[in-house]
Amino acid sequence: MADIKINPRRKYLRPEKLPHFFCSGCGCGQVLNYYTQALEELDMDPEKMVHIGGVGCTARIPVYIKTDMLHGVHGRTLAWATGIKMMKPDLPVVIFAGDGDLVSIGGNHMIQAARRNLDVTVVMVDNMNFAMTGGQVAPTTPEESVTMTTPYGSAEPRFDTCRLAIAAGATHVERWTTADRVQCKDAMKRALQHKGFSLIEIVSQCPTHYGRYALGTGDPQKVIDWIKDHTYKLTTADSISEEEKSGKLPCGEFYRVSRPIYQGTTVMSGKEDK
Amino acid sequence: MPKKKASKERVLSGVHFMLGNYATVEGAISAGCNYFAGYPITPANEISERMSQRLPQVGGKFVQGEDELCSVFSLAGAALAGGKVMTATASAGYNYMQEGLGYCYAIEAPMVIVDVQRTRGDNFASQADVYQMRYGASGDYEAIVVCPSSVQELYDYTIWAFNLAEEYRNPVIVMSETTIALMRERLDIPTADKIELYDRRYTKKTPDEYHPFEALANQCPEAAPIGEGYHTIYSLNPHDEYGNIDWDPIVFDNLYKRVTGKITENADKICRTESYMMDDADYAIVTYGSEFRPSIDAVETARKEGIKLGVLKLCNVWPVPENAICEVAGNVKKIFSVEMNLGKYVREIERASKNKCEVVSVTKNRGFVHTTDEIMTEIRKGVL
Repeated sequence: MADIKINPRRKYLRPEKLPHFFCSGCGCGQVLNYYTQALEELDMDPEKMVHIGGVGCTARIPVYIKTDMLHGVHGRTLAWATGIKMMKPDLPVVIFAGDGDLVSIGGNHMIQAARRNLDVTVVMVDNMNFAMTGGQVAPTTPEESVTMTTPYGSAEPRFDTCRLAIAAGATHVERWTTADRVQCKDAMKRALQHKGFSLIEIVSQCPTHYGRYALGTGDPQKVIDWIKDHTYKLTTADSISEEEKSGKLPCGEFYRVSRPIYQGTTVMSGKEDK
Repeated sequence: MPKKKASKERVLSGVHFMLGNYATVEGAISAGCNYFAGYPITPANEISERMSQRLPQVGGKFVQGEDELCSVFSLAGAALAGGKVMTATASAGYNYMQEGLGYCYAIEAPMVIVDVQRTRGDNFASQADVYQMRYGASGDYEAIVVCPSSVQELYDYTIWAFNLAEEYRNPVIVMSETTIALMRERLDIPTADKIELYDRRYTKKTPDEYHPFEALANQCPEAAPIGEGYHTIYSLNPHDEYGNIDWDPIVFDNLYKRVTGKITENADKICRTESYMMDDADYAIVTYGSEFRPSIDAVETARKEGIKLGVLKLCNVWPVPENAICEVAGNVKKIFSVEMNLGKYVREIERASKNKCEVVSVTKNRGFVHTTDEIMTEIRKGVL
């Protein structure tokens, strides 16, 4: 017993909250792990930051971080963040949102915050379904997938959240999968250092629901393999035919530009006639 | 409760002839409001418009959000970040805000919400949302709703609302109405040293000693600044005094009894009423908001006709000023409940009267405030 090693990044967590409540094989634990690595490498203290989770499995990630956090309402993460950033512009705000939270119920907030270039980091864990509620179809569910509310397959096309964010005005957008552990960590580091709206989408395995209903397997490794088969890296995109890319999500750093950040809807420059 | 005076550069001291919605804004600016988020809706637009001009002048932030949910949730974020925050909307927009209000009641975020009450779908005068003001959000909570009846009171009560919000760490609703919001009237703004303001209590404890939701049963907890090491979870979910999400029945019980108890047990301190000609009254009108205006005229008419009528004006409808209503019920033969809906708040008046006298409901939902004649017709019938 004396040889038990304590993970050095446990200092970022609330020990009384552990063990976490994620299903075994869920990608949310991996994302939390990558995130604490990013914090450590940047020497950032979560106690001097604010973290936000809405509702859903992903929204539970920041509950385990020792930090000020807002939690428990579905889809309004970016509205909370807007108020915080207006009062404390220098306070780093990081949002963990599932695909349902961010682009279903919270879709308009996401689009508008991206347009305004609100200075926040959004980590979207895309497990391709509503998991906490039992595996219903989401706007990110691949077409024809069987879920609890698409027994005959999903007849709706899926969102490409990264393209949506770029079109809306986000200034830093990347997509990776839970299998890309170094890339995820580095993407989060870039996001934490970026001044403006960062969206890091991480395609993640939900063996409990999406795996079992859509893919016919509850084995997390098999779900990760399926995700790998249904994504491709931007760096190798040229060597892949358009036919092979069809129905697959590209992964990589899509976009990173500098643009003035949001400071309010109307701001006095000091030159106005009084 | 830390008290202070309003800051001079925020207060437009003097006599004005001002629009009600503008008076609301000036009340907020005087009270130290430094964050406003709104979404266009008639008849509340002049509040957003003037705020967009005034807040940047005093170093505040103005946001026109994508919807009312952005308004109310960004208020929660800004309030936790130390802001004195306000939004303004009208009945239909207030519907949308209920989700956010539920969260704000749960995490005890101080804020002021102005609801310029209107008829459904249009902008005529109404008080039909008097219950929605109080019962719109899900879950157990207590609302504080103040109800001005004039442009002057829109200014005064908005300051009062900010003070109540800070003192009890609770959303406070200013129940404005089309009638007064779009009316121009005389407004006397006092000098800054005459305006007393309260600020929320911030903890002096270290993060290790601090328990974010620990408070006596009739109090709100001390606040802590965010991003400074107090690692607090502000969750809608049931939470214990440490802020831990917990589904133990005792945690539910303690939390919901305290967030309601801090209002109900202080109701006498919160509630305000005003009495007119009540000393010798045989009959009383109990009313609130703009319906006070024809009611006071009815007193004059009734007295000329030999009817000893008085008015009890409720300055706030929630929590219910039960003691004041009960006292009136014990002293008169009949109470006339005058309101601009088909009979809602009359139920509260009946309950608070404890059967000490008959309560007559005088109602109207036709887009306009009662005329004095309409009220007098009911009074004459009632005193026969």
